[in-house]
Amino acid sequence: MDFNDTPEQAKFRAKCKEWLDANAELKDTGKRLNVESNLEDLITKAKAWQKKKYEAGWAMLHWPKEYGGINASPIERIIWGQEESKYDVPGSVFEIGLGMCGPVMMQYASEDQKERYLPPMAEGKEIWCQLFSEPSAGSDVAGLRSKAVKDGDEWVINGQKVWTSGAHYSDYGILVVRHDPDLEKHKGLTFFFVDMKSPGITVKPIKQITGTAGSGAGFNEVYFDDVRIPDSQRLGEIGDGWKVAITTLMNERLAVGDAKGADVNEALSLAKDKDDFGQLMIKNQAVRDKLADWFCEANGLKYTKFRTMSALSKGEAPGPEASITKIVSANKLQAIGNFGIDSGDMAGMLIDEEDGMSSFQAAWLGAPGLRIAGGTDEILKNIIAERVLGLPQDPRADKGLPFKDIPSGK
Amino acid sequence: MNLDFSDDQKFLQDEARKFFDKEGGLANARKVMDESISHDDSLWAKIVELGWTGIRIPEEYDGLGLGHLELCVIAEEIGRALAPIPFSSSVYLFTETIIKYGSDEIKKEILPKLVTGEVVGTYAVAEDMAAVSEANLSCSVDGDAINGTKIAVPDADLATHAIVLAKASSGIELRLVDLNAEGVSTSLQKNLDKSRSFYKVEFNNSKSSLLGESGAGWDSHVHIMDQAAVLFAFEQVGGSQQALDMAKQYAMERYAFGRQIGSYQAIKHKLADMYVAVTLAKSNCYYGAWALSSESSELPLAAATSRVSATKAFQLCAKENIQTHGGNGFTWEYDCHLFYKRSKVLSLNLGSESSWKEKLVTAMEKTNTLN
Repeated sequence: MDFNDTPEQAKFRAKCKEWLDANAELKDTGKRLNVESNLEDLITKAKAWQKKKYEAGWAMLHWPKEYGGINASPIERIIWGQEESKYDVPGSVFEIGLGMCGPVMMQYASEDQKERYLPPMAEGKEIWCQLFSEPSAGSDVAGLRSKAVKDGDEWVINGQKVWTSGAHYSDYGILVVRHDPDLEKHKGLTFFFVDMKSPGITVKPIKQITGTAGSGAGFNEVYFDDVRIPDSQRLGEIGDGWKVAITTLMNERLAVGDAKGADVNEALSLAKDKDDFGQLMIKNQAVRDKLADWFCEANGLKYTKFRTMSALSKGEAPGPEASITKIVSANKLQAIGNFGIDSGDMAGMLIDEEDGMSSFQAAWLGAPGLRIAGGTDEILKNIIAERVLGLPQDPRADKGLPFKDIPSGK
Repeated sequence: MNLDFSDDQKFLQDEARKFFDKEGGLANARKVMDESISHDDSLWAKIVELGWTGIRIPEEYDGLGLGHLELCVIAEEIGRALAPIPFSSSVYLFTETIIKYGSDEIKKEILPKLVTGEVVGTYAVAEDMAAVSEANLSCSVDGDAINGTKIAVPDADLATHAIVLAKASSGIELRLVDLNAEGVSTSLQKNLDKSRSFYKVEFNNSKSSLLGESGAGWDSHVHIMDQAAVLFAFEQVGGSQQALDMAKQYAMERYAFGRQIGSYQAIKHKLADMYVAVTLAKSNCYYGAWALSSESSELPLAAATSRVSATKAFQLCAKENIQTHGGNGFTWEYDCHLFYKRSKVLSLNLGSESSWKEKLVTAMEKTNTLN
């Protein structure tokens, strides 16, 4: 039992560091160059950094060699991620493309299409998004209703997608739609990729409970109004849409992990620093009790991740333990945010005129979204219960029915 | 990165699991409870024969000379089987103290006999229905004579020796006492978990010998508690996992309103919560195992984290296992209560959850390790 790299891993880490040292500044130099205030700057900087990485071969390590990757092992991807995160580099807008769209294109697109689309995706020239969720299809995403009707060599798409991260700056998207409402729910779906500049596509940023819209990698509604997609842009057979979608969803659930924001260390610092009831908060038994609980959760997640990495490091498939990460961290974030706000007592709700929201306020306001995105707490618990523990699925009211006959409420 | 047990250690764990299964699993705890006996004699004899009491005892004293990690994997299996034996008191507490603080003479005399089972040890701390501190300890030593009363001492009937936390003029000391010595009397105390036994032990001018340095006894005691916390936590993780497995199995078999109860989300989410708690506890225990086996200065933090996390997991899994079983869970016949009772006793043995939370936050204040 140790936390050391193997000799090959140490060599790979040193290679990462060497390149990063030559091309970026460490975060702890004090000045932060890459905190973008506007979207245009964020994208310009992110694209420039991605291009730099691409040219040096660091852009999409896990991709196969024929598409410009180096076939890196999962542990090498983690090592790169650990090292890159120590540097002051622009936030990425390519994760959905490289993590979800790229692999689907590799598996289902034609050779010509792969040649056309994969390199610009890897280089950061073209940004991709994922068009799955709909207003009436969230947790039950296979219940989506956007329609595809065949017209000669083309398909005509009508409907609405929602919660599409980055749709407002994406060049392409992957899309799942219903081609036949007379078939059963999962059987009537077909998968495409689409040019986001196509006539008939309207992107509207969603104003979130934070009051912001379209900032950073924000969420959008995407409307399809008689949008025409060539049949050549279909990925998989007609009716295979769910099968193709599930591959990308699996990738998403792995990708949405630790909720970032105010953590137990920050709560500890606050408690060590602030008076409450005439004494330092840290002296309050109720505060100490909470700190202990949060530390157990944070530390448990940290070492759960280490266990997963240990398995990957040995070339073994990791166990299902990583499935707990989002449930635990998003709820902890919400609780810590709440704790920090409450420490301000009657004035806890006030937002600082100059500094804006405190990290606790931001955590509290953002956490509800994290408990929903990429699988709600409830869906994730179902997944743990059914796939990890092996409990039976719920009996389903929609089983065997043609999609159009499934009860749908409002 | 290798936060995992070695293949040899996993093999040992597998062997331990098979051993307890073959020996009857939970039936042993039930037998001890039903027959109102203190422990399972034949199970204990077989464990001694397997050499497990000497796992950590150096080969020069006839032990196996293995590390703490081997002890961790065995602890997990003992916890899973709810084995009714004096392993935790004699091995995690007594033997570890002798190895760490015994003089050469004491080691030579005691350690080989722990391997053969001739000596069984225990560790006596509590004196009242409250946490013991340096300030409220009343058991006293004058010269070599020890006086006072300890309560809730585990396995003191089978134990031949005890380590006793006592106050001397120079400070707190760990004292080794032969329980057959003059002036020692032992009486059984009723407790919530009849598969384990606890005793009142009175010392009346009984002969004792010093372990470690005089005056450093409290620090030594804290260190032994930290070490044992990791090992107890592994027992608790083993117990939680087994309680979860039992709940899961019942949820698959039991039907209500025409379907398996495990197909209801109320049950699924309950079991998912149990899985989350067990997974966190297990990962914290791996961190504890690393700190224990590498003699890290992070041990106080790692031990308290393992301990609190595992205590919460076992108590949650044990109570929700009963709940999943409905009325059956409240019967003597079903095994649910064995886990419920053991989870409570294990959570108290080294001090309550809140006392370990206090240690955890104190360690957090001193270190800043979560990067």
